[in-house]
Amino acid sequence: MTERFTYLDAASAEPLHPAAREVLLAAADQGYADPRRLHRPARNAGLLLSNAREVVAEALGVRRDEVLFTSSGTSAVHAGLLGLGSRGIGHSAVEHQAVIDAARWSQRSPVTELAVDGEAGVDVGTVRDAVHAGEVDVIAVQQANHEVGTLQPLDEVASAAGPVPLFVDACAAMGRLPLPSVGDVIAGSARKWGGPGGVGVLVVRRSARWRWPFPGDEWSRTDQGFSNIPGALAAAAALQAVVAERQAVNARQHELISLVRQRVRAEVPDVDVAGPADERLPHLVTFSALYVDGEALVTALDRLGAGVASGSACTSDTREPSRVLAAMGALTHGNVRLSLTRDTTREDVERVLDALPGIIKDLRAEAGL
Amino acid sequence: MSEQILTLDCRGQACPRPIIELGRHLGDVEVGEVIAVAADDVAAHHDVPAWARMRGQEFVGEVEAEDGVPVYRIRRLS
Repeated sequence: MTERFTYLDAASAEPLHPAAREVLLAAADQGYADPRRLHRPARNAGLLLSNAREVVAEALGVRRDEVLFTSSGTSAVHAGLLGLGSRGIGHSAVEHQAVIDAARWSQRSPVTELAVDGEAGVDVGTVRDAVHAGEVDVIAVQQANHEVGTLQPLDEVASAAGPVPLFVDACAAMGRLPLPSVGDVIAGSARKWGGPGGVGVLVVRRSARWRWPFPGDEWSRTDQGFSNIPGALAAAAALQAVVAERQAVNARQHELISLVRQRVRAEVPDVDVAGPADERLPHLVTFSALYVDGEALVTALDRLGAGVASGSACTSDTREPSRVLAAMGALTHGNVRLSLTRDTTREDVERVLDALPGIIKDLRAEAGL
Repeated sequence: MSEQILTLDCRGQACPRPIIELGRHLGDVEVGEVIAVAADDVAAHHDVPAWARMRGQEFVGEVEAEDGVPVYRIRRLS
């Protein structure tokens, strides 16, 4: 019955951009060698890697020597955050789990959670307080929230942080939005912009007092342990293409998400649509339906032929609800996040929207309501 | 105003069950009275206040039962 599957989970992983596919295949044959060696295949691999770095730097508007590759967005976040400071960490309450995990693993103290408002925007006053208390020597605030799309007030955060270095997790936004003008170290994830999995980008500003925090050469700003040269080149090609296309793609996605927000509010009773209506990432929205089991909702949508993520406890490995939804006071059960790919159409979205009220009504009826 | 408390025992129930029970039993108390739910599910800590906000009821607060399980209290406003 379901011929067509509508993938609405680009915020977890965007399908490979066509610009990346050819590059990936070509580079797979050329980029196998270790670029640190002195033979010809090594020089070829080195050339490809340096090419990838240059393309990424240009797409992001930074210097080539400010771009490092890592083996994933998660590892970029880990290395980026942990390479700054040595005492306490202040991070927003709505950071990605990778930031939370790194802070906990570091055993640094104190780890201060910076409060957010009802739309997941970080409270700049808490940044100022944390810095004034004198115990944190790195602040971590994302560029945009990965679950609700909130754009963080990074300029204000940076000025509140003053001399304390700022780490920015830009994984949800890199490529889609211009790189933040502030931040000592900024992390990105290729598969979230249509590059292949297994490639992270770390922008380390020249002025940053950052060092490699894991085994290896502490002060060397090289891609330590990174060997996925075909991946880096494909990620670079995808990034270049995404940056070139983003004006048109963002406008279309922003409008489609606005449509989802309006129709869900209008057509589904007792629903909590989270996050800002306009000042947000263009391609994603999350909402929670009262009295509905998140896992059942995701499963019902999958049966319909639509793939979405959920922040509800019943869908998580840890059985904990989404920290983002909890921190902003949003309903955590019955939650789904829809995130559009670059070629999601209005018909795709409308098909899901048409079915949604009935699906939720049925699930509520099953629960006895 | 009398506060006759009805406490729903939702120990051991996973989300969204405790909230569903709240929704089903709100009508068992009069407007102005307090209904409570004892729930050890972690999501209830966030979802009871969110439910109250969405349904236009007043979240009064959280107390602890003798066995340490949180008891969330809501005043029926409508």
